[in-house]
Amino acid sequence: MTGYFSDVAALARKDLLVELRTRDTVPAMLLFVVAALVVFHFALPQDSSELAASGMLWIALLFTALLALVRAFVGEREQSTLDGLILAPCDRSAIWLGKTLSVLAFLLFAEAVALPAFALFYERVTWELVAGIALANLGIASVGTLLGAMAAAARTRELLLPLLFLPVAIPLVVGGLGATVSDDPARYLAFLGLYDLIFAILSWASFEYVVTE
Amino acid sequence: MIRARGLGRRFGDRRILSDVDLDVGAGEFLLVTGPNGSGKTTLLRLLAGLLAPTSGTIEIVADRRRVGVLGHEPLVYRELTPLENLDLYGRLYRVPERRERSGMLLERYGLWAARREPTSSLSRGMVQRLAICRALLHDPDLLLLDEPYSALDVGGGELLDGELAGHGRRTVVVASHQPERLAAYATSGLALA
Repeated sequence: MTGYFSDVAALARKDLLVELRTRDTVPAMLLFVVAALVVFHFALPQDSSELAASGMLWIALLFTALLALVRAFVGEREQSTLDGLILAPCDRSAIWLGKTLSVLAFLLFAEAVALPAFALFYERVTWELVAGIALANLGIASVGTLLGAMAAAARTRELLLPLLFLPVAIPLVVGGLGATVSDDPARYLAFLGLYDLIFAILSWASFEYVVTE
Repeated sequence: MIRARGLGRRFGDRRILSDVDLDVGAGEFLLVTGPNGSGKTTLLRLLAGLLAPTSGTIEIVADRRRVGVLGHEPLVYRELTPLENLDLYGRLYRVPERRERSGMLLERYGLWAARREPTSSLSRGMVQRLAICRALLHDPDLLLLDEPYSALDVGGGELLDGELAGHGRRTVVVASHQPERLAAYATSGLALA
């Protein structure tokens, strides 16, 4: 088990190092999420509700996450380095977990900028919102990484990934938004936790079949 | 070490490889030749486990940990340095004393001075040398090489010659357009049409 987690750490570290050198993904995510929040700020009427503002935040976060997910396996496919990882004797699910952790780190970076911007333009940031986003991140990263690996094999990956990912992400938006605006946030947070658990296990178990014939 | 019967592979309607029988014992050196499109790369990808056959069977008596593959693509990260690339693969293959082994290979293949340069800044020939280092890093028992001399200069080719000449206990399968260079090491051949 130590070996498994050491593989995961090595793979996640590699992704973070590659991003640090190329700056392909995180800067684009930061610019996109801030730009989206600014546009929504001017698009929403002055007297719009907290509900509408929270909805806009979730839309912005979801589409920002798509940027990270589309990029997650593009380099691996284009340079064929995914073959190198598949040939390695590590468990294939370690490749998924390493990639999921790096996507999660990118999301946290984007949210570290998005939440202060949200507080500036819209409403104050509550603990329910932060908890909802934290749990949604796990679901987005785990299932999104699996779907990103599937889409990366296709020529039309930029089109395919949103088509695969957005329907699966609807429960995350429902749970996250519910946790933010309802009177019973615990119920929605528990729903998000359950979603994360189920989809993380499914993604972990099925990744091998996605990357090999 | 390798036994294949009736091996075939199709891509859609196109048959790339059909009905290949293969027996390669431990320590043997198989030279695979054939014109472009005859299926050499497909055969090596099948042996490496990167493709599944559409017909026939393959048995490989080797731990996945002990197989080294050098393909058309170098399978290294352009954004990482040669040292970081070998360190990553060394960790994944659980290479004992991976730093020393990486350093030794980089030195042997003339990449020591460039060990901290991004791989993207290296020439194609240097990247091929790095790919050879990656394939040899874990001292594999089975080595699958696809056009290994591609992009190598005279010095790089001679280093690889030395490696193949002393393959010893190592089983080697090489697909190449330069059979005359490898004929001296080969114990058997397979000509694909």
